[in-house]
Amino acid sequence: MATEATQWEATITKERTSRSWKSLAWRQFRSNRVAVISAIFLIAMYLVAIFATAIAPYNPNEVDISATNARPSARHLLGTDEDGRDVLSRVIVGSRVSMTVGLIAMAIAVAIGSLIGGVSGYFSGIPDSILMRFTDGMMAIPYFFLVLIVVAVFGSSFQNIVIVIGVSTWMGVARLVRAEVIRFRDQDFVLAARSIGVPNVRILIRHIMPHALSSIIVAATLGVAGAILLESALSYLGLGIRPPTSDWGAMLSNSQAYVFADPLMAVYPGICILLTVLAYNFIGDALRDALDPQLLRG
Amino acid sequence: MISYVIRRLLQGVLVLFIVSLVTFFLIHAAPGGPALLTSPELNRDEVAQIKENLGLNDSIPVQYVRWMRNVLQGNLGTSYSTLTPVSTLLRDRLPNTLLLGGLSLLLSVIVSIPLGIASAIRRNSVLDRALTGFAFLGVSVPVFWLAIILIIIFSVELHVLPSGNMFTVGESFSLVDRIKHLVLPVVTLLVLNLATLTRYTRSAMIDVLGQDYIRTARAKGLESRTVIYRHALRNAMIPVITIIGVFLPNAVAGAAITETVFAWPGMGLLAVNAADTRDYPVVLGATLTVAVIVVFSNLLTDLLYGVLDPRIRLD
Repeated sequence: MATEATQWEATITKERTSRSWKSLAWRQFRSNRVAVISAIFLIAMYLVAIFATAIAPYNPNEVDISATNARPSARHLLGTDEDGRDVLSRVIVGSRVSMTVGLIAMAIAVAIGSLIGGVSGYFSGIPDSILMRFTDGMMAIPYFFLVLIVVAVFGSSFQNIVIVIGVSTWMGVARLVRAEVIRFRDQDFVLAARSIGVPNVRILIRHIMPHALSSIIVAATLGVAGAILLESALSYLGLGIRPPTSDWGAMLSNSQAYVFADPLMAVYPGICILLTVLAYNFIGDALRDALDPQLLRG
Repeated sequence: MISYVIRRLLQGVLVLFIVSLVTFFLIHAAPGGPALLTSPELNRDEVAQIKENLGLNDSIPVQYVRWMRNVLQGNLGTSYSTLTPVSTLLRDRLPNTLLLGGLSLLLSVIVSIPLGIASAIRRNSVLDRALTGFAFLGVSVPVFWLAIILIIIFSVELHVLPSGNMFTVGESFSLVDRIKHLVLPVVTLLVLNLATLTRYTRSAMIDVLGQDYIRTARAKGLESRTVIYRHALRNAMIPVITIIGVFLPNAVAGAAITETVFAWPGMGLLAVNAADTRDYPVVLGATLTVAVIVVFSNLLTDLLYGVLDPRIRLD
């Protein structure tokens, strides 16, 4: 019985999947020049982050009291900070934290959001009411305060920061997934799957969720941008990952004390955050256009 | 209508209950407890005595019930570090945050609606492209960095505006001085809100302008201006108002960070400092207050739908 259901299921699934929309979406994405440049930029940035210690001209934590707050020069391309540490090296190594926190936090948010949204949309009724009131409640908590509290309370290790950002930003994804699941759960192909005895969980994961995937991808891309901003804000407030591990937000926080003596120090890490987040936003926007179902149908 | 308001109010109360529960349990789950307990001047007995006095030795649910009972009677407790009643702290700080947040939200609505409309009417024009670019920058820029850059330009280099605080310390009250201190924080928040709101007004307007009744209005010879401002704008405002509601927690976050950069004595700065020292009553009071504001504004935006669009029945 079970194997028969699986066979039928395979037939239905095969008929639904056409390869053409993927290539259509890809073509659409490629035609967006800003998005392509953003993608190349991000790939380059991740390469820099991976090989940071090899690329950085100096040890980012090496103190040189003979050359503090130095202006940019041939020796120190972006100058040095108040302890004489090389700013360029610190920016390069700092990319590691800033660039990974966003990705992992968003993965957590997408996982929680998909689970809650999927269950809520598919089963409706009481589970839906409970889960959605909970989601509303979470949304009404000013998430920034929540993150603040958790980090202040549990300490600001990399792990804690990633978890707390993920746990406090899944609500958007949950609502999105719920709406998509509701849109598809009563359609004929779901009915067909149910009639041949495919279990609920499998219907949800295998047949309905793929339809929500494009919206999830878009939300996730934009979410990474938000998560990077949030992490940098925490670091700025001194609640980020502790020194000497440098990241861009912490560098900025540091620079404010020297804003009169050495204003340039505040510029570089900020530009790094801005460009990275901007690239994610451009890509998210382009993906929204490329994966738009209205467009794909045409 | 009345039953709708009552039901929404009840839902709001439920949401606030969840907020209080989550915040309370999170903060009390902390290993270590409030910062004042780790003060090196205290010996072990004194720490135990303080813990006992603050009721920190009871189980967390018991503490929660006690705290909630007090809150319902209007007593938010006393700050651990300054020994001031939390309600006094909030009364001092809340108006400052409302001034900063309200003013920048108001200004951004006033500016973003005409910009969004202009952008929607002339799609792909130079203006539209410029505004799109600006919107992307606005949502991508770290608030605190923007604030620092503004300080560098206007305080450090040009010496025209102060770099922080609400007024010049030691000087008597002067309106000009107050306004000068407001400019940079308001502009920082304005950039943030403006980017989002302009984009939403634009897309809502584009949607509405494609509708049949707009074509009808144009076909019967109405002036373009009348069509846009009397027929289209009203309907385009519905999604925009939703966004203002949804956007609020974001705006609160932005305000909290902005306050910290400019040392603006508001709720955000209060919460940041309290979280740092684990001043439980203050953190809880601040979070709850902000949550009340968010819930209330969401209710208000929902009620506004009915005013803007008679087709939407609230029941």
